[in-house]
Amino acid sequence: MTGVRVLAGTSKGAFVLTSDGRRQDWSISGPHFGGWEIYHLKGSPADPDRIYASQSSGWSGQVIQRSDDGGQSWQAVGNKFAYDGTPGTHQWYDGTPHPWEFARVWHLEPSLDDPETVYAGVEDAALFRSTDGGNEWHELPGLRGHGSGPSWQPGAGGMCLHTLLLDPSRPGRMFAAISAAGAFRSDDAGETWLPVNRGLQSEGIPDPDAEVGHCVHRIAMHPSRPDVLFMQKHWDVMRSDDAGGSWHEISGNLPTDFGFPIDVHAHEPDTIYVVPITSDGEHYPPEGKLRVYRSRSGGDEWEPLTSGLPQRHCYVNVLRDAMAVDSLEECGVYFGTTGGQVYVSADSGDTWAPIVTDLPRVLSVEVQTLP
Amino acid sequence: MIRVVLPAHLRALAKVDGEVRVSCAGAAQPTQRLVLDEIEARYPVLRGTIRDQATGKRRAFMRFFGCEQDLSHESPDAPLPEAIAAGAEPYLVVAAMAGG
Repeated sequence: MTGVRVLAGTSKGAFVLTSDGRRQDWSISGPHFGGWEIYHLKGSPADPDRIYASQSSGWSGQVIQRSDDGGQSWQAVGNKFAYDGTPGTHQWYDGTPHPWEFARVWHLEPSLDDPETVYAGVEDAALFRSTDGGNEWHELPGLRGHGSGPSWQPGAGGMCLHTLLLDPSRPGRMFAAISAAGAFRSDDAGETWLPVNRGLQSEGIPDPDAEVGHCVHRIAMHPSRPDVLFMQKHWDVMRSDDAGGSWHEISGNLPTDFGFPIDVHAHEPDTIYVVPITSDGEHYPPEGKLRVYRSRSGGDEWEPLTSGLPQRHCYVNVLRDAMAVDSLEECGVYFGTTGGQVYVSADSGDTWAPIVTDLPRVLSVEVQTLP
Repeated sequence: MIRVVLPAHLRALAKVDGEVRVSCAGAAQPTQRLVLDEIEARYPVLRGTIRDQATGKRRAFMRFFGCEQDLSHESPDAPLPEAIAAGAEPYLVVAAMAGG
């Protein structure tokens, strides 16, 4: 029987949660790298034994770990992230120029077909690539250098490149999302980039046609239909049907359209998931009820998924990188909370159960579907 | 030999227990820079975790102590106190108390 391996990054270490295809009984290992912040772990689609992890701390900075045996053992690889050339400046919170400074790796995105190639989205926002299994990292400077970089500003969590989507059908096409700059697309493997934010409306930006400055929290695509993108923005859930060329709102009947993660069902390209959060100042679910909302129509029409989730006195958040789906025949959906719970649904969201309930604050959740 | 005490999180990262002993053989007078260069050469995983890799400067929340003195703001090229150079006293790399 096939199985799954869930990779949970937390504020005090990494945890590896494994189960067979029923996804009812779980083995839990960890904490790996106890005491360190693990912003993200992700396995290679080309080799599930290859996993990359971003390990960092306020004291000792960034470390990158690599496993070649599915998370049983790890080795530290390269951690030198030097911006290309003279880094220049972006805007600080008060609008003054601020030098680009590396803080941490938020997101690791392994190549779809080469286990040795992996991308790193970092704070201050930039994209790096390694082609030797994480030993050496080089910036793809066309993103910061495409023109609008000096006008980018950080969001409340820092100026981070937190999402990278690789188009499986069009080699070289990729999408990046940056808080609080927006979404960007490259058609040449990251050499050159264009902002793709037309149609986004953001409170606080007076220009309705602003090219950048949008606080995009997450973007998602289904691999079979990569021109359709879904976005959870600071406020608003959005959709693009032309690879980011234009966006329209699909918040529909959501109780609030603020939130962080968004993901797509593994086998139904129009089934999407969000976790509505009360507001930008109140990072917890409305009414203290933890509800995943699912749309089976590509947006606008949403249904709350509550079975197995706490429906009273729940005031956790679900961060942007903390939701994932597996690709088993009955799609599994996973998310982690700032209260340390990791939940699984083995039936596309109809019912939920906790895998673990008392981890440190969950920063990221990924899942590997194992052969 | 110079005795170096690393903080717990870096001992775990480098997979070492207890004190680390390094030699600055060939140097007329051991310095903080030479000791840390030797530590990083022996344990490459520690590169960037004590000093910034680009600038070589001490990371803000890492501190250096020895002989009941705070050496954090001393020149990295100043000679270490004799007792540290002779191995009588350890050179302490300390993670500052900050945060949770």
